[in-house]
Amino acid sequence: MLAFISTLLIGITVGAIYSLMALSLVLVWRSTRVINFAQAGQAIFSTYVAYEVIQRTGNFILGMAAAVVVGALLGALVEVLLMRTLFKRIHSGAVAAVAPVIATLGLLGVIRASVGLIWGNDGHRFDAPVSTQAFSMGNTVIPFSRFNLLVIATAALVMIVFTVIFQKTSLGLSLRASAFAPEIARLSGIRVGSIRTIGWAFAGATGAVAGVLISPNDSLTPNSLDLLLIFGFVSAVIGGLDSLIGAVVGGLVLGIGKALILAYLGSSLDYPTAFVVLAIVLIVRPGGIFSMKRGRNA
Amino acid sequence: MTLTVNNLSVDHGAIRALNEISFTVAPGQIAAVIGANGAGKTTLLRTLSGLTHATTGQATWEGKDILGKKPENLVRSGIAHVSEGKSVIAELSVKDNLALGGIWRKDKKDVALATQEVLELFPRLQERLGQSADTLSGGERQMLAIARALISRPGLLLLDEPSLGLAPLVVAQIFQTLSQLRERLGFTLVLVEQNAMSALKIADIGIIINLGRLVASGKASDLSNDPALRAAYLGY
Ligand SMILES: Nc1ncnc2c1ncn2[C@@H]1O[C@H](COP(=O)(O)OP(=O)(O)OP(=O)(O)O)[C@@H](O)[C@H]1O
Ligand SMILES: [Mg+2]
Repeated sequence: MLAFISTLLIGITVGAIYSLMALSLVLVWRSTRVINFAQAGQAIFSTYVAYEVIQRTGNFILGMAAAVVVGALLGALVEVLLMRTLFKRIHSGAVAAVAPVIATLGLLGVIRASVGLIWGNDGHRFDAPVSTQAFSMGNTVIPFSRFNLLVIATAALVMIVFTVIFQKTSLGLSLRASAFAPEIARLSGIRVGSIRTIGWAFAGATGAVAGVLISPNDSLTPNSLDLLLIFGFVSAVIGGLDSLIGAVVGGLVLGIGKALILAYLGSSLDYPTAFVVLAIVLIVRPGGIFSMKRGRNA
Repeated sequence: MTLTVNNLSVDHGAIRALNEISFTVAPGQIAAVIGANGAGKTTLLRTLSGLTHATTGQATWEGKDILGKKPENLVRSGIAHVSEGKSVIAELSVKDNLALGGIWRKDKKDVALATQEVLELFPRLQERLGQSADTLSGGERQMLAIARALISRPGLLLLDEPSLGLAPLVVAQIFQTLSQLRERLGFTLVLVEQNAMSALKIADIGIIINLGRLVASGKASDLSNDPALRAAYLGY
């Protein structure tokens, strides 16, 4: 029983980080219909900024705050400079569907190379702000630390902030309206272009939080978030790709599913396990867990 | 508060959808735009609300040019467009759809008041505020779309086939409501309709287009009594 709970807790911790990455991908997908592979690059750049700030100040929170700001700016910049230019030039056809995605892949390469130029390709390290020692009760050890708790709390905080913004504010309504029906949004006076930029900024900030949370006590390299991007993407697909709640649930399903498979079915391979979970979910629910149920159409 | 359209032409690629159309709608009038499928009615409304670019010509509202302006700016000068067909956001609740009507407005007190008014006008929406809009019937959706436009307190309301797919009784109700609202609120209404007879009944003027060209325009009663127009374009 204790082993099961431990597995669950570990699953929830990694799942929370996947959820954040999935959220950042879904935020962009909803507003622009693009899978932003550059998100791994934006997040790694932001994480290096956090590393730099933590090195200089010793303050983790300051580092996180800097990463969030830089992540948001970077997200907005990518949308304004890259996406708008692309969409201005190509309007329809197969190329229009693929070009933006390829552009984000290219950008991922550019950002990784730049990070390598600035900080080098060797691993860097920064410490977690709180203990990563497993809790122990008597002589039983639960492989769950204060830092794991902090990760879950931070992810939960991000999700609460998003829930409030999306459900209770007129910015949130503008974001949702622009995502679902840009034309009706414009007819309602919403400046859809600016709203899309804000969506990308939110996505960038969320990706930065994910990057900073997953990196402590690990080796930080220009490629070290690539796997997170893939797991975030899988989580987003599990959640239906279009739904913010879906992204959160998808991340948790993937995190917990992976933890259970690794613990009970035994596999030394982290990577394929994610796709086993994805396959199981898509067999049961082909549209993802939170796929839009179309109601009546007439 | 006058709408004038002068020699307006609009192209969709190689297709000329509107060809040198001119007409004037006086303040507070209802203008019915009639024409067969593909006549260019939707194109006309989309051009007036800024969604589609004109090729040549002028259009003014309250004396100011509207062509070349963006829809998000035109709505701020009082032009509200309820587009053809799916004019509510199915993924949002009825309440959120209504909130969109006033989202750009600074005077939140008046937005609340306007919302209250439309809910009294359409009590069925009041009962369904929390529901997602895709659970509404066709008639309820049309009410919701019109209600959203009214919350923006339009000076010029552009309605594209509000009767689409609705039962004759519901159509009659909606038209009656529009006619009463115009009396009370004094907006100018451009009403695109296939349903020529019902539209001309509540309209002051009629504008008949065919294949992008203006066929006839004038007093609604004159048009609907003209036997040649009736036979060729009005279908009754
Ligand atoms: N986006 C577009 N691209 C190309 N052609 C278009 C486009 N929109 C409209 N058209 C063409 O322009 C012409 C006028 O279309 P429009 O939608 O304005 O007609 P309508 O009078 O509203 O017809 P309906 O009664 O069927 O709604 C049609 O020939 C149509 O095929
Ligand atoms: Mg039409």
